[in-house]
Amino acid sequence: MFVYIVRKLLNTIPIIFGVAIVIFVLFNMVGGDPALMMVGKHANAQRIAELRAEYGFDKPQIEQFVQYLKQIVTFDYGRSYATRRQISDMISDGLGPSMSLTLPAFFLTTFLAVIIGLVVAYFRGKWIDKSAVVFCVFGMSIPVLAYILFGQYFLAYKLGLFPISGYEQALSERWQYLVLPMILWVVVSLGYDVRFFRTAILEETGQDYVRTARAKGLSEQKVFFKHVLKNSMVPIITNVVIEIPLLILGAFLFEGFFGIPGIGSITIEAIGNSDFPVIKAMTTLFALLYIGGNLATDILYTLVDPRVSLK
Amino acid sequence: MPAAQAEPKGRSLWSDAYRRLLKDKLAIICFWIIVFYAVVALAAKLGWIATPWDRAVGPAYSPPSFGAFELWLGTDIFGRSVMYKVIHGARVAMSVGLVSCMISIPIGVSLGALAGFYGGWMDDLITWFYTVLSSIPNILLLLAIAFVVGKGITAVYIALGVTSWIGLCRVMRGEFIKHKNRDYVVAASSLGATNASKIFRHILPNVSHFIIISLSILFMSAIKSEVILSFLGLGVQGQPSWGIMIDDAKLELARGVWWQLAGATAAMFFVVLAFNILGDSLRDALDPKIK
Repeated sequence: MFVYIVRKLLNTIPIIFGVAIVIFVLFNMVGGDPALMMVGKHANAQRIAELRAEYGFDKPQIEQFVQYLKQIVTFDYGRSYATRRQISDMISDGLGPSMSLTLPAFFLTTFLAVIIGLVVAYFRGKWIDKSAVVFCVFGMSIPVLAYILFGQYFLAYKLGLFPISGYEQALSERWQYLVLPMILWVVVSLGYDVRFFRTAILEETGQDYVRTARAKGLSEQKVFFKHVLKNSMVPIITNVVIEIPLLILGAFLFEGFFGIPGIGSITIEAIGNSDFPVIKAMTTLFALLYIGGNLATDILYTLVDPRVSLK
Repeated sequence: MPAAQAEPKGRSLWSDAYRRLLKDKLAIICFWIIVFYAVVALAAKLGWIATPWDRAVGPAYSPPSFGAFELWLGTDIFGRSVMYKVIHGARVAMSVGLVSCMISIPIGVSLGALAGFYGGWMDDLITWFYTVLSSIPNILLLLAIAFVVGKGITAVYIALGVTSWIGLCRVMRGEFIKHKNRDYVVAASSLGATNASKIFRHILPNVSHFIIISLSILFMSAIKSEVILSFLGLGVQGQPSWGIMIDDAKLELARGVWWQLAGATAAMFFVVLAFNILGDSLRDALDPKIK
């Protein structure tokens, strides 16, 4: 097991290196002079020269790349161009607000989706199942932006059930700002999740062991909740990790709309300001998080499913 | 198992799938919805309908009225027809779907075929490459490319084209690994078939149904991504887009102006719904395992 984890860890090194190359090529080479992109319309030669010196754009490419690798390892991405703050400070400030929205919303969604998926799969072919599938496809087809605008306009602005947007640091105040985005989040993601889990669970119900379990006289509930559920955990876990990137997309829009000062809001602002160093740092950071998430799933697999070989 | 299975004359996967698809009324409706969007988009592109979209047709923010066609969805802040903007939004969305698929599908198919067929270092390299790309969350990669290439519709084409081939590439690689040692391929190579002919003439036709299925998914995701990119200000510039219309609606809603949001949302909803349902039906019809 230990060897397996170490090998998996070593496997991530070429991936991280590749990510560094892609991001570096994209930002520092494809787009032309980064300093020009940052100053934009207000370019003058002196300002550009200053920027080049500050961010090291005047050095040879290879030296800049080594510098970037160093940033990844030390987690020191320098200063933001727009806010002049240390980027690592901005990230650690944004982490709390982001997490207090995404984590509960994500777990709530997954929990509800698994339960609904199970119920729907249990009644497969009946009207409950059919209407749930229709609901899911409809729900998936409504644009996320429409959900958010509708919720913010009707539930918050017209009916006054929730604050329209905002955020408080104190935990006792914070939750009331998070309830509406959280509800919307769950509604937005439920369609896709329920449909996916339903399929995953239904695929298991055709397996031989299910027939065996029935043949030996187990009740349908026992077959379902003991045997089928356990075996459908593998695709469920995979899906949960695959959703992490979608989670970030969600976080973007939700944080932006509801004024939650998390990582997503910081990134949207950085795009608006052409704040090149921040966008680059965020892209790197999320890629690293994603690789970490994948690693965690691989290890989780071996705990959940003994059939996954450690080779 | 129905008795019809015993009939001696074989049917190809395609004719079989076509028959099954024809029975699926809902899928046929969805297909025609998509064709309708495509025709509208083409007509708008050629200037036959909804032209010019940027001319004032009434006072600012006049609500929908069932008089002239151009006023069915009311007007926006400059008095322009929201209906025309929705139609031109469809043109932008369909063109983004089409062009990004034309970029991503060839990349996905050829890289997947190479990796799966040749294996070895080729496979390692391609697998490494798409693992790296898929590690960078799609939306950030999209934003980064759109940011770097410069705002505009070309950036959207490129960003979507070069980020969305990974799923298809994975599937193709897996299928080529499965198929390359099948009897028919071994037979072909003992008859002296070259690698190129094995890949293109023998294996590719047998796995091409995956391309059709992913086409519908890719097209739909491209439409959705275009809306979000445009909404964030990185998408099309100076042209109507459903994303920009929804962005405008953010401020308009508080003044009771709902028609721009409703128009863009409804237009997007129906095309995405049609792709969702058609994609499912295609998968059911083309998957030889489900009968």
